[in-house]
Amino acid sequence: MNIDSIKRGIVLDHIRAGRSMDLYRYLHLDELECSVAIIKNVKSNAMGRKDIIKVDEDISIDLDVLGYIDPGITVNIIENGTVREKKHLSLPERLTNIIHCKNPRCITSVEPALDHVFVLADREKGVYRCIYCDSKH
Amino acid sequence: MRHLINITDFSTGEIESILDLADQMLSHPEKYRESQRGRILATLFFEPSTRTRLSFESAMLSMGGSVLGFATADSSSTSKGESLTDTIHTVSCYCDIIAMRHPKEGAPLAGSLISEVPVINAGDGGHNHPTQTLTDLMTIRREKGRLDRLTVGMCGDLKFGRTVHSLIGAMSRYEGVDFVLISPPELRVPDYVTSRLRAEGIPYTEAESMESVMDRLDVLYMTRVQRERFFNEADYIRLKDTYILDTDKLRFARDDLSILHPLPRVNEISVKVDADPRAAYFKQVKNGRYVRMALITKLLEQA
Ligand SMILES: [Zn+2]
Repeated sequence: MNIDSIKRGIVLDHIRAGRSMDLYRYLHLDELECSVAIIKNVKSNAMGRKDIIKVDEDISIDLDVLGYIDPGITVNIIENGTVREKKHLSLPERLTNIIHCKNPRCITSVEPALDHVFVLADREKGVYRCIYCDSKH
Repeated sequence: MRHLINITDFSTGEIESILDLADQMLSHPEKYRESQRGRILATLFFEPSTRTRLSFESAMLSMGGSVLGFATADSSSTSKGESLTDTIHTVSCYCDIIAMRHPKEGAPLAGSLISEVPVINAGDGGHNHPTQTLTDLMTIRREKGRLDRLTVGMCGDLKFGRTVHSLIGAMSRYEGVDFVLISPPELRVPDYVTSRLRAEGIPYTEAESMESVMDRLDVLYMTRVQRERFFNEADYIRLKDTYILDTDKLRFARDDLSILHPLPRVNEISVKVDADPRAAYFKQVKNGRYVRMALITKLLEQA
């Protein structure tokens, strides 16, 4: 895999330096058959240092998960060697089964079949609350 | 289909219409004696609360409806390991509306997400108890004739008292409401409540004694100060009398004060106060029955 240019696939750019391995796990990139390149500590004018992930296939990515982990990431969809689409992320309004409620008094602690659902309560501070017990995350 | 999980699920307009109906029902109960004939209320009490359960059952029976359910978790199938969602699935086939109490926070919401009939939260742990808040609002409106432009004192355990948090949330939506929060420093209202008041520009003051603020109050909402909330016995003994309402402290109060209490009380209101015309806490119990009748009626209309 040529890490400078890919023909068809996805480039996750402007990842906060050091977070690329977390993303790798959250997005289950380890389960992919295609090549995946993680480039760490790239010099960036805007960010000082950043990480980049390149995936050599046009996989579908859960943008909500990505937006929650790091809303500063840019998603570039590559086709025929050029950027077909650039997506800027933001914190999603609702997270289902991405984070889990840790409140032992919450109904989710005793009902394994329940979805863990959080809604964005404060966009500026990035605060999410469990829909069941209102606990912060 | 509507549910009542949190008091703020209802707009102030919806709350007013429930209170209007409850007032009518209280004045003319005979008109509603058959209004829910053939309908069934299920009271699912995964945690015992005789008082709340009887209030719901009385409300449904007063309208000609029927009730079924269980009063403790061990008489339900939960004790055999059935999940909450399966219980709700099953029960919603047997009834037209559910009132549910559960020790875990958010359990009624989880139930409402899969129920085929309206779900009323009858208390979920220390979290919400919206029918108590409806009862409080009905009582304040009947006693004062309004819900806006009131100075509302809350006294006692403001830290753990969920009825206090919920009433502050509900009353905050009315114009010109001013809160006076009377508690020992250890049992102050949690930060998330006061920070919300500050963010919305709603005036409040915190006080450590009733006497100093009594003459300002339109409403005094008393709660229990429980021994187990204190770090040590000495603090409890020292402070408990400060938060007991007696005829002596009432000398400072206005003639048109209304005294509320979610009950049961232990000793935080002296029995001598019961005869005072300003005591509204027994009327509050009666209002609780009518406001639940109105709530059940409104939810069944929309089901
Ligand atoms: Zn929770």
